[in-house]
Amino acid sequence: MFHLVWLIPAFPIASFLVLAIFGTRLSKKAVPLFGVGSIALSAVVSILIMFRFLTSPPPGNHYTQILWTWVDVGGFKPQIAFYLDALSVLMTLVVTCVGFLIHLYSAEFMQEDEGYSRFFAYMNLFVASMCTLLLGNNLLLLFLGWEGVGLCSYLLIGFWYRDPANGLAARKAFIVTRVGDTAMTMGLFLLFDKLGTLQIQDLMHQALLHWAVGSPYAVAAALLLLGGAVGKSAQLPLQTWLPDAMAGPTPTSALIHAATMVTAGVYLIARTHILFSLAPSAQFAVAVVGAATLILAGFSALTQPDIKRILAYSTISQIGYMFLALGVGAWSAALFHFMTHAFFKALLFLGAGVIIESLHHEHNIFKMGGLRKELPLAFWTFLAAGCSLAGLPLITAGFYSKGLIIWDTWSSAQGSHVLWFAAVIGVLLTSLYTFRLIFVVFFGEVKTPVHKRPGLRMMVPCVILAVLSVVGGFLDTPPFLGGVHSFTDFMHLALPVMTEGPAGGMTEILSESFVTLAFLVGLYLAYFFYVQKREYAEKLTAPAIGKALHQFWLSDWGMDWLYERVFVRPIIWIARVDKQDFVDNIYSGMALLTEFCYRGVRKTETGRIRWYAAGIAAGSIIFVAIVLFL
Amino acid sequence: MILVWLIVILLVAGVLAGFAGRVNTLWPRVISLVAVSIDFVLSLILWSENSSRVQLFPQRKWIEQVDWTWIPRFGIHFHLAMDGLSLLLIVLTFLLGIMSVLISWKEIQKGVGFFHFNLMWILAGILGVFLAVDLFLFYFAWELMLVPMYFLIAIWGHERRIYAAVKFFLFTQLSGLLMLIAILTLYFTHHRETGVYSFEYKDLLGTVLTPHTAMLVMLGFFVAFAVKLPMFPFHTWLPDAHTEAPTAGSVILAGLLLKTGAYGMLRFVVPLFPDAAHAFAPVAMTLAVIGIVYGAVLAFGQTDLKRLVAYTSVSHLGFVLLGIFAWNELALQGALIGMIAHGISTGALFMLVGGLQERTHTREMDRLKGLWATVPVMSGTMLFFALASIGLPGLGDFVGEFLTLLGTYRVSIGLTLVAAIGILISTLYALKVIQRALHGPNTHEWSIPDLGARELLIMIPMMLILLWLGLYPQPVLRTFEPAMHKLQEYAKPHPVLTLNPSVRALSYNGRLPEIKGK
Repeated sequence: MFHLVWLIPAFPIASFLVLAIFGTRLSKKAVPLFGVGSIALSAVVSILIMFRFLTSPPPGNHYTQILWTWVDVGGFKPQIAFYLDALSVLMTLVVTCVGFLIHLYSAEFMQEDEGYSRFFAYMNLFVASMCTLLLGNNLLLLFLGWEGVGLCSYLLIGFWYRDPANGLAARKAFIVTRVGDTAMTMGLFLLFDKLGTLQIQDLMHQALLHWAVGSPYAVAAALLLLGGAVGKSAQLPLQTWLPDAMAGPTPTSALIHAATMVTAGVYLIARTHILFSLAPSAQFAVAVVGAATLILAGFSALTQPDIKRILAYSTISQIGYMFLALGVGAWSAALFHFMTHAFFKALLFLGAGVIIESLHHEHNIFKMGGLRKELPLAFWTFLAAGCSLAGLPLITAGFYSKGLIIWDTWSSAQGSHVLWFAAVIGVLLTSLYTFRLIFVVFFGEVKTPVHKRPGLRMMVPCVILAVLSVVGGFLDTPPFLGGVHSFTDFMHLALPVMTEGPAGGMTEILSESFVTLAFLVGLYLAYFFYVQKREYAEKLTAPAIGKALHQFWLSDWGMDWLYERVFVRPIIWIARVDKQDFVDNIYSGMALLTEFCYRGVRKTETGRIRWYAAGIAAGSIIFVAIVLFL
Repeated sequence: MILVWLIVILLVAGVLAGFAGRVNTLWPRVISLVAVSIDFVLSLILWSENSSRVQLFPQRKWIEQVDWTWIPRFGIHFHLAMDGLSLLLIVLTFLLGIMSVLISWKEIQKGVGFFHFNLMWILAGILGVFLAVDLFLFYFAWELMLVPMYFLIAIWGHERRIYAAVKFFLFTQLSGLLMLIAILTLYFTHHRETGVYSFEYKDLLGTVLTPHTAMLVMLGFFVAFAVKLPMFPFHTWLPDAHTEAPTAGSVILAGLLLKTGAYGMLRFVVPLFPDAAHAFAPVAMTLAVIGIVYGAVLAFGQTDLKRLVAYTSVSHLGFVLLGIFAWNELALQGALIGMIAHGISTGALFMLVGGLQERTHTREMDRLKGLWATVPVMSGTMLFFALASIGLPGLGDFVGEFLTLLGTYRVSIGLTLVAAIGILISTLYALKVIQRALHGPNTHEWSIPDLGARELLIMIPMMLILLWLGLYPQPVLRTFEPAMHKLQEYAKPHPVLTLNPSVRALSYNGRLPEIKGK
């Protein structure tokens, strides 16, 4: 069964080729047959592999399938090979299944678009790259998938290419993530140079053998990989591309910029967790980046008027939680939140897509309202996902996954109370911006009439994801709520158990109570400002300080402004000024000099015998003088 | 003997095509196409034969060779020989040769006979450069490439063709003269030491020079090859020549002529003067890295599509130079794959730009805009090759750049970092091309024909080759391996090169030149 793993990326690749080559000639019915069908097949294979993995796990709980040797030069021998363990099996399963639902949704959502087949070609290529990223057994193959998903993200953000603004957003996404990738490649060079392999399991083994805890090489390598991870996962300081990436079609945002690609950084760190364990300072940096990002993005989300941008900042913030979990060594908690987040965030985007479609491509939430009655199914599914995101206690998946991270942040030996506090504040922010969104969009009076209602292919995925957003959390619950550990146990087949530190007066139930309290405060504030006293919300931004703060958060803490001045403009300026290549002036100068000399010498050629005679005489005298005196 | 045939077929075909041009315009094309195709098949046969007896390589000096005495008084031989390095470059030469003939099918309409004469003779010259192991013959072939190329640019070029052709000629000719002086110095020194006049590569390998002379003679070779490569700051002929040349000319310039520079570095500079070359390596590598970044920045600044593609060559060949002077197995193999992949990807980009110019009569990106809707296949193809040139994993250029940097990392972390940033800048220009030419609104309301069958026949194989190089480059690497070991052996013995952060260009540390093992 496990040897079928190569089919997971192979189906989408094959379908990509068909769509890319014959796409324009295929009928409107045939396109989704390939586009959605291939992902369905991949999902089936993933489910079968997962099933097999649970019922009869391979020896050592991992399985490697080697297809061929990619390169074999001077001891550098990466292979095209797939590696299955609990981590990659789980992530592949989520990616293909959520991917399938989103593809199904897109089959209807993109139906009227002229680039129907192009869209599915890019989406299929994305799924193939993402699975390669997850399944690759060496860092080079992982990097291939890594760049592949980046490319697809670029192509899909700029999918509606006629609008130059989309192109700009797409380029920004590609370039900013490639900044991180540059750091990551340096990390690969360092790892290969010091440990002599890029095969991940060998690499981790070698690292354990050769590097002590805190070794500078381990720290450097971990930090360089972290550079790649923050780029891809839109964490500080490279998060600026993700909100703009919302220019792409909404299913793209759901699949790439919420559920899957942006969690590649989480995967990378989890995959190389041994390296990060050897570099405690780098791992602490992961936690700090996560905590800072989740707070900063939370504030930015509060101020956005664009429904997709709110969700984008929310994604940044939630991935911040995953980074925080990784940073404190709560590996399986990070993956748990990855999974539940994939469910509810994908659904939130799909729901947003339904709303945007039915309101003539309206993105501004303040021009929406009262959609609860107009689009009931969309409302209920969106509400389920929103509650899961905000962490509605007891019944939503988000409550369990986020609560676990927050408790682990306190109880882990690597955790700290400050980080825990930041995470709880994050819950308050999440709850506030989520319910702000829900109250503004679905309650109050109708502002824009609904002109189109979604069909079955769009709503079925929403309902399935809504169910998952609720029940997904019951895979792992705290001791006082049943104490189920199936998810954590499964992840421990691949990832180490978190080392606990002194609890210091806190218990899990107390921590969860604080989380619940934060949730309720956020909910109440949202209710107060956006249902009860709407005018108060405007009053907050009226004074200069409120306005400035609002503007500051709206513009993502001014980071775009800064980068524009520090990086973008200087490079464009240099390129423009030096368009003619000033080095060429040296050679043009030589040419000019030659011509100048030529003109000078030409002047002596007058045709007058007297001048020539004088010249000969002067020349002779000079030569004689040289001979005599030198 | 087959080596001679490879060249003779081209020379004869050139002359025949020249005469056939008086009859009509079809015959020269057909003659050239048939001749290059025959050569291509022959070279593939050579490759497949030799890949099967790959184990024998280390014992055998050359895969094939021909050694005829030419002018015995001066020790000049007509000596051609082929190892894995030259074999791969020859296969590339014929491949791009076929593509050049095909791409000119419509574009060249005047002086067709003479055009193909020049094309064939350039290819013959390039072949001579890749095969000659007699330095006199090498110089002869080196100059032979130059003259027909000059005509190709000056007659069939674009607006500023004369300026570009003269600039190209002067740069190459002057640097070639430096090489001639260097060759003669080596020749006479060898005579003084052994009493034998010989231009033979193998004989000259052991020549003992004082460090000072070795450095000067090495620089003579180095400059000639660096100009061809082109290395910063000798690169300024390249954008003019590439931009003004007809498409076939640009393809051959970028795909092949630049590679002769890299080939010269590999075959002559390092093996003949290992110590001087290693002393000079920090300078060469620094200039290479400057070229990588500077070329990419210049490319980003261009608005003329063809000029942009031309500048990318400065950047990519910087990687090749970096790999050569890092001189370890990883970097050398990377440089080689990089050379081949660059030949394909940049060649294809020039062809696509040429195709666009043929259809729209402009190269200005601002005038192109929004072409995706009208030429989707062409746009997709262009996207593919643009992505190849930014080093997207899975395509050939990535393997080259990654291996080069992996090898360079062992020598200098700082230079590796700057070069990696160069790759990042390459993203800027590639995305600029896509945005300016293909995306955006079709404001100029272009409605032009998409790629035709002939153009697809050119593009599809090139895409497949890049994918092959990107996903399974092993056959190429394996072919080059014995040749590379041989080259490394020539360049021994020398202490393991370690670079100081401070660049110590011309210091020898009092090291005496050693007799190189043969």
